[in-house]
Amino acid sequence: MSDWSKAVSRFQAAGPGSETTSGNRGLQIEEPLIFEQGADGRTGVDLPAPPAAADRLGGLGRKGAIGLPGLSEPQVVRHYTRLSQKNFAIDSGLYPLGSCTMKHNPRLNERMARLPGFGDLHPLQPESTIQGALELMDQLATWLKTLTGMPAVALSPAAGAHGELCGIMTIRAALEARGDMRQRILVPESAHGTNPATAAACGYAVESIPANARGRVDLAALKAKLDGGVAAIMLTNPNTCGLFESEIVEIAEAVHKAGAFFYCDGANFNAIVGRVRPADLGIDCMHINLHKTFSTPHGGGGPGSGPVVLAEALAPHAPLPWVVHGPDGFRLVEHADGASGTSGTIGRLKGFHGQMGMFVRALAYMMSHGGDGLRQVANDAVLNANYLMAGLKDVLTASFEGPCMHEALFDDRFLKDTGVTTLDFAKAMIDEGYHPMTMYFPLVVHGALLMEPTETESKDSLDQFIGVIRALAERTRQPGAAEWFHEAPRYTPRRRLDETAAARKPMLRWRPPVATAEAAE
Amino acid sequence: MRYLPLTEADRRDMLAVIGAPSVDALFRDVPETARAADIDLPPHQGELEVERALSAMAAKNVAAGSVPFFLGGGAYRHHVPASVDHLIQRGEFLTSYTPYQPEVTQGTLQYLFEFQTQVALLTGMEVANASLYDGATATAEAVAMANRVTGRRRSVLSGGLHPHYREVVDTLARFVGFRADAQPLDPDGGEDLAALIDGGTSCVVVQYPDFLGRVRDLRPLAEACHAKGALLLVVVTEIVSLGALTPPGEMGADIVAAEGQSIGNGLNFGGPYVGLFATRDRFVRQMPGRLVGQTTDAEGRRGWVLTLSTREQHIRREKATSNICTNSGLCTLAFTIHLSLLGEDGLTQLAAINHAKAVQLAGRLAAIPGVTVLNDSFFNEFTVRLPKPAAAIVDRLAERPIIAGVPVSRFLAGHDDLLVVAATETVTDADMDALVTALEESLR
Ligand SMILES: Cc1ncc(COP(=O)(O)O)c(C=O)c1O
Repeated sequence: MSDWSKAVSRFQAAGPGSETTSGNRGLQIEEPLIFEQGADGRTGVDLPAPPAAADRLGGLGRKGAIGLPGLSEPQVVRHYTRLSQKNFAIDSGLYPLGSCTMKHNPRLNERMARLPGFGDLHPLQPESTIQGALELMDQLATWLKTLTGMPAVALSPAAGAHGELCGIMTIRAALEARGDMRQRILVPESAHGTNPATAAACGYAVESIPANARGRVDLAALKAKLDGGVAAIMLTNPNTCGLFESEIVEIAEAVHKAGAFFYCDGANFNAIVGRVRPADLGIDCMHINLHKTFSTPHGGGGPGSGPVVLAEALAPHAPLPWVVHGPDGFRLVEHADGASGTSGTIGRLKGFHGQMGMFVRALAYMMSHGGDGLRQVANDAVLNANYLMAGLKDVLTASFEGPCMHEALFDDRFLKDTGVTTLDFAKAMIDEGYHPMTMYFPLVVHGALLMEPTETESKDSLDQFIGVIRALAERTRQPGAAEWFHEAPRYTPRRRLDETAAARKPMLRWRPPVATAEAAE
Repeated sequence: MRYLPLTEADRRDMLAVIGAPSVDALFRDVPETARAADIDLPPHQGELEVERALSAMAAKNVAAGSVPFFLGGGAYRHHVPASVDHLIQRGEFLTSYTPYQPEVTQGTLQYLFEFQTQVALLTGMEVANASLYDGATATAEAVAMANRVTGRRRSVLSGGLHPHYREVVDTLARFVGFRADAQPLDPDGGEDLAALIDGGTSCVVVQYPDFLGRVRDLRPLAEACHAKGALLLVVVTEIVSLGALTPPGEMGADIVAAEGQSIGNGLNFGGPYVGLFATRDRFVRQMPGRLVGQTTDAEGRRGWVLTLSTREQHIRREKATSNICTNSGLCTLAFTIHLSLLGEDGLTQLAAINHAKAVQLAGRLAAIPGVTVLNDSFFNEFTVRLPKPAAAIVDRLAERPIIAGVPVSRFLAGHDDLLVVAATETVTDADMDALVTALEESLR
């Protein structure tokens, strides 16, 4: 077989049923794995010969090949450029993924994080050479403390879930310090999965508290469960139904009366930033996802950053390191000791000092908006969500009455008897050029559709979106709708993928096609 | 405000459609007592002003690349090719979320599948996940997994484990309620971990190369672990080393937890980095973190999805293998692109250069009167014993400015004379000259 015939047959190995020879569809280009493109003796870097030196690897030098493919720089650039083109992103369209806060990511923040004085700084440099970095951490801490009204903040947690771990550990440390060994944590049914997973990871039994008909915590049910065995409640506010917990002050009082702590999941802080200070709600501890409220990019799943603000009672238990002011400038306290007041610390949660790259981006964002702009962020986020709600509530079924905060929650009652599911509806949105909303979460309503437009969408953009969703909702009532929706998406690089097969016989890495080559011989 | 598209007219029109008199009315559920009137923070600023302020702050730091630089200790300064940073800043990667909708995130899913494959190949393991936060948290997750797999609750940590990693395991142990028996740092190399394994040991955690840079054959330890039903957990803080060294998977490791910063990711003052996590196929359902798997679409074409998510918090809630959700997405992309550029030849050569530079530097430092090199073996990092406290020397050299190494006393009391020195491909002969001269002078 000629090399060009082989090249075409390799295209077809990607899958049958294509209308073009290559399987490509215009700008949608089939792209093999890097492992299928390598050649021996090719590389994308030019390195000098190593200087002459004896081997001191202790006889443990690598014997076999690693198995990495060789590619040149143009191949690598094209490969990852093509992969990028198979992704939906906030840069390219409305991404109403509720709870995830897909807002615009300003590029100034990227530039700032790459200043050599921040990006090319080693975490173990002598203190005299990192004063600006510690100053930046101190300023970020000041902004976060001011916005939340809390006296202390732990910067090191790497994401929201890591912040939860930090918060629950500080609560446990505070309880232990007063000899109070409590066993349970209360978590509303509507909570994000990380909340119960975190509580369990810290050795607590998790007890669920139900929601009332208004989508808020059922205060009576909560009070009935509050006793001397409860260490904390983990409550999201605004909650995952996009609603402000209107009885939150009463909740805090009841929790404190029982001697327990109030942990707030601050993933939705973007709805109230600059307008409500969590300290004024009676919250003892709250993580903030810098990758949500403060616009650090989600990067296809990370990295994030999850600082935790702490009330007076929890502050002594904050994780190491601490940034403190000394006589000669800023200092990092890295060990627990009485002299620096850190003897109550829960210890270290992560290598080094936290997600500095995210700190720089978040501070650039805060300084850009200022106190006034951040308040406007909350206003516009809430206004946009309520506008979505107003535009859709007669065609989709809103789960709860009244104004929402930063996200609008619908359930699947509007799909009753259509044969169309929430999932089908979401996949049809993809064909219309939208990323789907969050689906089947929160668990308190059936077939949830949770839409968060964020403050960075224009009114035009929302009008188009509402128009499309209304048309789709109408379409669910037309003959043949079930099949039509079930076929979606049609215009994506891939149609629906078989997730059951993926889990039944997991293929989690590429392997060279040795077996088939041998079989052919 | 440049990030907010709504005009005043838009806001008025939208409120009219909503039927609310004002935006304040939308916040009616907020208790009166909790409505903050004015929060005392500076007002908004333009790009130029923010850039000026942050640049001034950055200028107060000494960037690693501006001085002779020999720091390692879990974070390494390597050259990252220009195309890596260009590609990871493509908005389709940078501003996408976790790939929950596979039809519109095949780009992310495919690079994660490539990443998982690369990590498995490098470590010599069978399967790797789509990343954890960093090497230290990956290590703590690995210990928790070993406890689950073995049903035991006592781990043994080598004294050669990076102190931050040990501390992160300690924190988890304290709050989850398992035991982590950390051994003291043993500069003389007599540590006998095999003797500490018994029927209650879930795993032995050993770093390779260790915190002082030493490399040791892990096969006897693997055998000792397996004879008692314990797992061998190998930690790697300098992943480039596996371009030159026998991978842990070939020496009997059951889990490898590693820091991937060295490939594709800058120093960033300690984060974000990328936790690598690899293990054996038989443990896959006990793994923490996301996994991408291959499958086919409705037209029979190959594609990728997140899979085995019944281990994870969003499905399993309090019974999940870990609470992790957001991981190190974009840092894995940087890792994957850089490693694709390097390829087999590039990585092995990069590792050879690192090793040769370190061997050269170790030879030159050993020739300074009063200085001894502790290591018999090492990759790109080794430890010297100085005749004076290392921390004071490091501070003095920083004034020149030379960033000489990591004093062990920064982490552990009682080792004042030890300095850990790293040399990567970024170190020049002139840098070495500067260090040798300065060290000679300061010891005189
Ligand atoms: C309500 C809520 N809590 C917690 C988390 C976890 O945050 P992270 O993904 O940063 O760990 C999320 C985000 O996914 C969330 O939406």
